[in-house]
Amino acid sequence: MTSSASTHSEQSFWQKYIFSTDHKVIALQYFFTGVMMAVVGAFLVYVFRMQLAFPGKEVLGFGVVSSGEYNALVTNHGTIMIFWVAMPMLIATFGNYLIPLMVGCDDMVFPRLNRLSFQIFFLSALVMLASFFVPGGAFGGAWTAYPPLSTDPNYSLTPAGSTFWVLAVALEFVAFLIGGINFITTAMNSRAPGMKMFDIPIIVWMIVIASILFMASVGPLIAGAVMLLFDQLLGVGFYDPSKGGDPILWQHLFWFFGHPEVYVVLLPALGIVAEILTVFSRKKLFGYKTVLYTTIATGVLSFFVWAHHQFVAGIDPRMANVFTVTTILISIPIAELCFVYIATLYKGSIEFTTPMLFALAFMAEFLIGGVTGIFLGSSGSDIYFHDTSFVVAHFHYTFFPISIIAVFAGVYYWYPKMFGRKMSETLGKIHFWGTIISFNLIMIPLFYLGAAGQHRRVYNYEHFSELSKPYLQDLRVFATVSMIVMLVFQVPFFYNFIMSLFRGEKAGKNPWKANTLEWTTVSPPPHGNFAEFPKVYRPPYEYSVPGRKLDYWPQNEKA
Amino acid sequence: MSFAQPMATRRSSTGISTGKLAVWWVIVSEIVIFGGLLVSYILYRLYHDQWSSEAAHTSLIAGSINTFILLTSSLFVVLSHRAIEDKDPQKAFKYLWYTIFGGLGFLVVKSIEWTGEITHGFVMTKSLFWAFYYTAAGLHALHVIAGIIIMAIISFDIKKNKNLQRVEYIGNYWHFVDIVWIFLFPLLYIAK
Repeated sequence: MTSSASTHSEQSFWQKYIFSTDHKVIALQYFFTGVMMAVVGAFLVYVFRMQLAFPGKEVLGFGVVSSGEYNALVTNHGTIMIFWVAMPMLIATFGNYLIPLMVGCDDMVFPRLNRLSFQIFFLSALVMLASFFVPGGAFGGAWTAYPPLSTDPNYSLTPAGSTFWVLAVALEFVAFLIGGINFITTAMNSRAPGMKMFDIPIIVWMIVIASILFMASVGPLIAGAVMLLFDQLLGVGFYDPSKGGDPILWQHLFWFFGHPEVYVVLLPALGIVAEILTVFSRKKLFGYKTVLYTTIATGVLSFFVWAHHQFVAGIDPRMANVFTVTTILISIPIAELCFVYIATLYKGSIEFTTPMLFALAFMAEFLIGGVTGIFLGSSGSDIYFHDTSFVVAHFHYTFFPISIIAVFAGVYYWYPKMFGRKMSETLGKIHFWGTIISFNLIMIPLFYLGAAGQHRRVYNYEHFSELSKPYLQDLRVFATVSMIVMLVFQVPFFYNFIMSLFRGEKAGKNPWKANTLEWTTVSPPPHGNFAEFPKVYRPPYEYSVPGRKLDYWPQNEKA
Repeated sequence: MSFAQPMATRRSSTGISTGKLAVWWVIVSEIVIFGGLLVSYILYRLYHDQWSSEAAHTSLIAGSINTFILLTSSLFVVLSHRAIEDKDPQKAFKYLWYTIFGGLGFLVVKSIEWTGEITHGFVMTKSLFWAFYYTAAGLHALHVIAGIIIMAIISFDIKKNKNLQRVEYIGNYWHFVDIVWIFLFPLLYIAK
């Protein structure tokens, strides 16, 4: 079937950029919203880390940090980074942009629903930001929002902020549920003729499986959030023991979602890394079906580990045993995925482009995150480590590769397709080394501090004699300074991104010589994507096939 | 500027129509929402034997009438779908509206029931049992309302012989709403 390039008449600025139904525009809307929220999240961590390093001193750009403000900073840094940075950049940006292109069709199956999902998402971001300006200030009960702190304004001191927070998160959930319908249905049904299940690029599978995981896990939390809202607003007692309720119910509902959620963000990141590793080692993905089945197994298993977040919450220790077993078990398929990715590199013809550097860094950093999780997943050692900075370091060694490193890898890799020009490799490498080195210098001290007994969510360690030892405070200052260095190194990235839009080397259709369908069309693709819709003849990773002249073999090439 | 449906919507690599797939995924996500709420209720109920004194005040008559109404309305939506298959959209339109009236009847009975309960002091804050009761039944009622609205919109389309396939989709959604009630009714009205 031939052409589809737009049959629309000239569109106004509003129709083309603000109220567009085009998946590529919507993807970039999600991306830029995510970037802006990342700047907010970064500002929040800058303020509270300055407070930790120099307690009681005025922070440039904020003022003196009170204990209540500290709690709000920490809470919203976590909340914003997970829901308004990681999810939109990984799933909504790359999912929206790539899925129709990679399966060879002209848009998502429900473009107007897609637009609605962004609008709801944008609204959720506004509600979240508004929570900073309501009387009492933003919610400060941690991103986990345990009651009674989150339900009782006598404890939280943020009656309006608490409700705004729940509403913002609830709206974000709705946006991603709606978006997920589009991703799943488009990938299931709109594939190019000849594209069978195992010819689908891994990143598409990853985003689809992530969407299914999200859908299945967020349901109970939505119920729980409704109950939380009713407790906050109507004085009902779902989580209040004096009224017959139980705060542990919230914990279960929250973590039943909370654990699969980390795989919801991990899977798209793994997908991005897989696409990049194969292209820049000019090698087939080692074990496509293994990757697929292992991912599905991980997804299923992820529903059975949630109480490892509750080992010291008063659950039955025998239940803790069960969850320790399942938690250690889940490290096996993830480790296998790491081995498979490394095997993909083995004897490959490696090109150290900026996206490849970030993809490799993902592997190294995520590995550290994974192995440190073992100490936390074992209920015995977790009794000591729970709620210390060790946990913070662990989840940053997983979340940072997922939501920052993999996103940068994806941006540098797909920028030529999105904007028709390449980013500067020199600036990219400066950005890369500056970010990765300083990231480790922030987080390694946190492992030590956690092991030394430093508990989380404390606004001033000078109040604790055993934690205010000079060598510990030195580590806090060191981490804070490293963080500022890391933030400064993001300047080359922003400069590179903007400059390359105008002065970057023009990229053709396929500057990286890759196989997947998005590289067969013009950069950037027009509305409608393809002048002629492709047919697919082979799987996506046919690189360096023996006997062929070229070391790549696009999916849509006849023979 | 009118919206042009992309060709992606009409492709079908699985052989199942896109709209049907999408509605099924919506149903899946709703199953876990209601599932989470109802499992929480069941666990609490098992720990709170004393709730039986509160639960005694739910109206088995109102619940039974509503069960009958919803089941009958589900029958009508099946008949509507069969009319579509028999290429009779006008008949399908008629049956869709019988379904809608069933839904409206459900809401009327519920309003009378809740008015009675509220005026007798059985409000959300009286006991956690009532909090669950109103939350679960209320969430269900919201889904009934949404279903009615969508069904009405679809009915106007099929009257003009457009988008006939959507009768099956809204039918599936309506059956789901019915099944949720089939869980709520025993939990809140029978197993006191």
